[in-house]
Amino acid sequence: MTIRVQKDGFDPWRELAAYQEARLSDWAGQYGATAVFIGSLRDFNQGQAVSGMTLEHYPGMTEGYLEKVSAEARARWELLDTLLIHRYGPLLPGEPIVLVAVWSAHRDAAFAACRYLIDELKTRALFWKQESTPDGLRWVEEKKL
Amino acid sequence: MHSIKVRYFAGLREQLGRGEEQVDAAGIRCVADVWSRVCAQPLPANTLIAINQEYASPASMVRAGDEVAFFPPVTGG
Repeated sequence: MTIRVQKDGFDPWRELAAYQEARLSDWAGQYGATAVFIGSLRDFNQGQAVSGMTLEHYPGMTEGYLEKVSAEARARWELLDTLLIHRYGPLLPGEPIVLVAVWSAHRDAAFAACRYLIDELKTRALFWKQESTPDGLRWVEEKKL
Repeated sequence: MHSIKVRYFAGLREQLGRGEEQVDAAGIRCVADVWSRVCAQPLPANTLIAINQEYASPASMVRAGDEVAFFPPVTGG
């Protein structure tokens, strides 16, 4: 179970390959399912062009909350491992914001846990988006699931 | 330590014009008391609260040395 909240940009595909190599090689043959969600910054939102975004977080509590939901996912489903990477700070359209990856023996658990993690992250994890639009900076409104 | 550290994030931080401050813990029993000490306006609807980095509510008890945070609904992911 790994959580990283970082300012630096990342390539989710390279991260996945490196993580699987480093952390899951002993379990090759054990995980029949890997579910992955990658969220990237759009260049439009709510009818306006978006030229960039800044993500604010609550250092410490953000990581703590992500650890809590990762542990909760591992309690609810039979998982071999989870990886969660989330950016903060300034971002440009096209850049990955978040990576959620779940390894499990079976796809039902992998899909369900991946969905659970990204949904929790969207509604409860401590990140706030501020977009740059032609009308200036605006705080993004909360998501309704 | 006889003070409470109060932190604000995102739009609320901008509205208040500050990210954090210390308030005297004397006379403060719960989160609602903290808010009325730092702001004359009522707590904005939907505001989320944390004490020592755990989610809490306006009625949650607060002690000297605690860190209390107020922030708008989150928009991550």
